[in-house]
Amino acid sequence: MSFESTGTFPVKRGLAEMMKGGVIMDVVNPEQAKIAEDAGAVAVMALERVPADIRRDGGVARMSDPEMIIGIQEVCSIPVMAKARIGHFVEAQILQSLGVDFIDESEVLTPADEAYHIDKMAFDVPFVCGATNLGEALRRISEGAAMIRSKGEAGTGNVVEAVRHLRSIIGDMKRITQADEAELFGWAKQLQAPLSLIQEIAKTGTLPVPLFCAGGLATPADAALAMQLGADAVFVGSGIFKSDNPSPRAKAIVEATTHYMDADILAKVSRNIGAPMTGIGMDENSVKYAERGW
Amino acid sequence: MALSIDAPLVKTPEQLVGIDALILPGGESTTMSMLLDTSGLRDPIGERLADGMGVFGTCAGMILCATEVLDGRPDQRGFSLIDMTVRRNGYGRQLDSFETDLSVDGLADDFHAVFIRAPYVERVGPDVEVIAVHDGIPVLARSGRCTVASFHPELTDDTRLHEAFIASL
Repeated sequence: MSFESTGTFPVKRGLAEMMKGGVIMDVVNPEQAKIAEDAGAVAVMALERVPADIRRDGGVARMSDPEMIIGIQEVCSIPVMAKARIGHFVEAQILQSLGVDFIDESEVLTPADEAYHIDKMAFDVPFVCGATNLGEALRRISEGAAMIRSKGEAGTGNVVEAVRHLRSIIGDMKRITQADEAELFGWAKQLQAPLSLIQEIAKTGTLPVPLFCAGGLATPADAALAMQLGADAVFVGSGIFKSDNPSPRAKAIVEATTHYMDADILAKVSRNIGAPMTGIGMDENSVKYAERGW
Repeated sequence: MALSIDAPLVKTPEQLVGIDALILPGGESTTMSMLLDTSGLRDPIGERLADGMGVFGTCAGMILCATEVLDGRPDQRGFSLIDMTVRRNGYGRQLDSFETDLSVDGLADDFHAVFIRAPYVERVGPDVEVIAVHDGIPVLARSGRCTVASFHPELTDDTRLHEAFIASL
């Protein structure tokens, strides 16, 4: 047998690259997973409760029951992701043992460690982590994340926080490309991020891993907004299965994410897909998940 | 791309006009098959391919080019351009994804290849030219103006396979 390397960073990032331009959908059972795959999702996120329900129920939110994750893996031919609590590396070990394709170290679950995130280099499975700003994104990448998602505010159906975080991350990257060599040291200090990654952004203008958008997307227009702002792909959580008619909405969001620059197609796919989730305003929202993580 | 060749994205039938050859890249073949229908691209691409347009399919693109797909979705349809049987995700899940060096016919040095949840070629027809194998299994093959790879040349900076594809047109 010839030499093969598994679990390397290019192999981890490669799967993230393959999801660019696509939609990753939250699902809580095999039936929803089939609907998501039928609608053209590039991956599903298997979890016990969508963020809107976690928000409503309160209490401690943990990794999902392995049995439900296996049930979703059995019906799905597309990649299956699952969430571990921030810093809970044993939940991550269990998810890797189950053979999930991607782990989301997620602020939607209750954090397990208030100081440290998971050492993602220690795993063969790739990780995605949330970020509200560029410094947070680069700290996660230096820990081994193969994908970053702007956090937004999960379970609200309100896109405003996703826009804020995406603009913050992309805006600072644009500013770094304008900085001179000496100023890059200041950026590293200000963002509390590794200088080598800041220097790389100064050259390329982009993150070294794909940047996806998550947290509050509920409509085809929301997905296209994230894409036009510069996201590589989108996560839609509660927005699909908390809406009136999940299947056509899921398909419309997939089409909108592909044709995000074409307003005629966006107008067409936005018609007759039922009511979106009601959503909540940020002034009514008492728990901000985006503040979890450091 | 770095080869002084225009490489626009094709998402609508209008964008197919003026294209000399097509790359069907990696991604999820189920998603691509659905979008081929909703975008109205399936028939125009099929007609251009029947007229001899060149195509390079990588990973999911290979699945869309193969005559027979195992473990696909029942509603998943491709272009049946190259006589081979491929098993979708045949190498396994992401934990089985890998990178390796391949010896490729026509290239002086090895090509570094990244395989992501790759399709596994179970059979190739007599008219298919196998250009590279990994552990005895074809991973790069050509038939007429159709080239397919089960790995992702688009994930590495090495442009030699793209150059060879363009030269084959």
